Amino acid sequence: MVDLFAALLPLGAPALPLDEAGKYVAGAYIVFVLLLVIYVGIMAAKVQRIERDLRELAGFAEQRKQDEDREEVSA
Amino acid sequence: MYGKGLRPLSIATVAMLAVSLSLVFFYAPLDADQGFVQKIFYLHVPLAIIALVGFVIGGIFAIAHLRSNNSKWDAYSYVSIHISVIFGVAVLITGGIWAKASWGHWWVWDEPTLVSFLIVFLMYATYYPFRYAIEDRERQARYASVFAITAGAFVPLNFMAVRMAESLVHPRTFATANGGLPGEMMFVFLCSLAAFALLWTTLVKFELTAKSASGQVKRLRRALDAPAPGSSSRIAPEVS
Repeated sequence: MVDLFAALLPLGAPALPLDEAGKYVAGAYIVFVLLLVIYVGIMAAKVQRIERDLRELAGFAEQRKQDEDREEVSA
Repeated sequence: MYGKGLRPLSIATVAMLAVSLSLVFFYAPLDADQGFVQKIFYLHVPLAIIALVGFVIGGIFAIAHLRSNNSKWDAYSYVSIHISVIFGVAVLITGGIWAKASWGHWWVWDEPTLVSFLIVFLMYATYYPFRYAIEDRERQARYASVFAITAGAFVPLNFMAVRMAESLVHPRTFATANGGLPGEMMFVFLCSLAAFALLWTTLVKFELTAKSASGQVKRLRRALDAPAPGSSSRIAPEVS
């Protein structure tokens, strides 16, 4: 796993001096960015769920309004 | 309400992070002792400081909650602790990487600085199961606030204890007895600190905005008497 990570590092950070110390520095910064991306991804999923709920509620409210209008007309 | 000003704050955060990263790699001088690996300092130390300050801020919000009984402050406290725990994970991982590069070990158990941070982190990791274990939302918020205040008071005490303890390998960077950081390094460090403080604030605001939107959707659902969705969170406080 560590070897794979070390092999992939130059692809993610080609400008860094990836000698013995450089791979640790790149590793630390990449880990931080990964954590940030995971957090933002989770939050994006939550926001999507809220949007879906809102759309569903808007549909529910419109349906109810139509039902009420129909009842008024029939009455 | 919570989303107001989120866009300019996010832009300022991204700009500040870009500036601080550029300064770290293109302006800050190489450390005479550690060389290139010392660049981790500009990531690891600001993250640790912001995480610890965030825990204390969570405690201050918890005091506001207990004083006012306003659930808004409970949400602030919860989110502050949440983001600080995420920062804490980053501190532990980046610290481990730095330790491996500098000392040849991922972790040193007899080093007070490392172990004390781990204790603080693990203490806050228990915040979630503690909160989740209580069904009643009001009691949950009250007990969580008491936890946040107690743990928040422990953080500075713990910090002082570590400063007084004899360090084995972990450096005391801001000790003034033998000189602190050189001017250029200090400038870059302060820029990084400002960037991570902005990042913490943005993430707190972002999460509060999402929670507020979720709370409004739940209120709307109740008002419309609409069927409830499949899942609902029992841990996170609602924000109205």
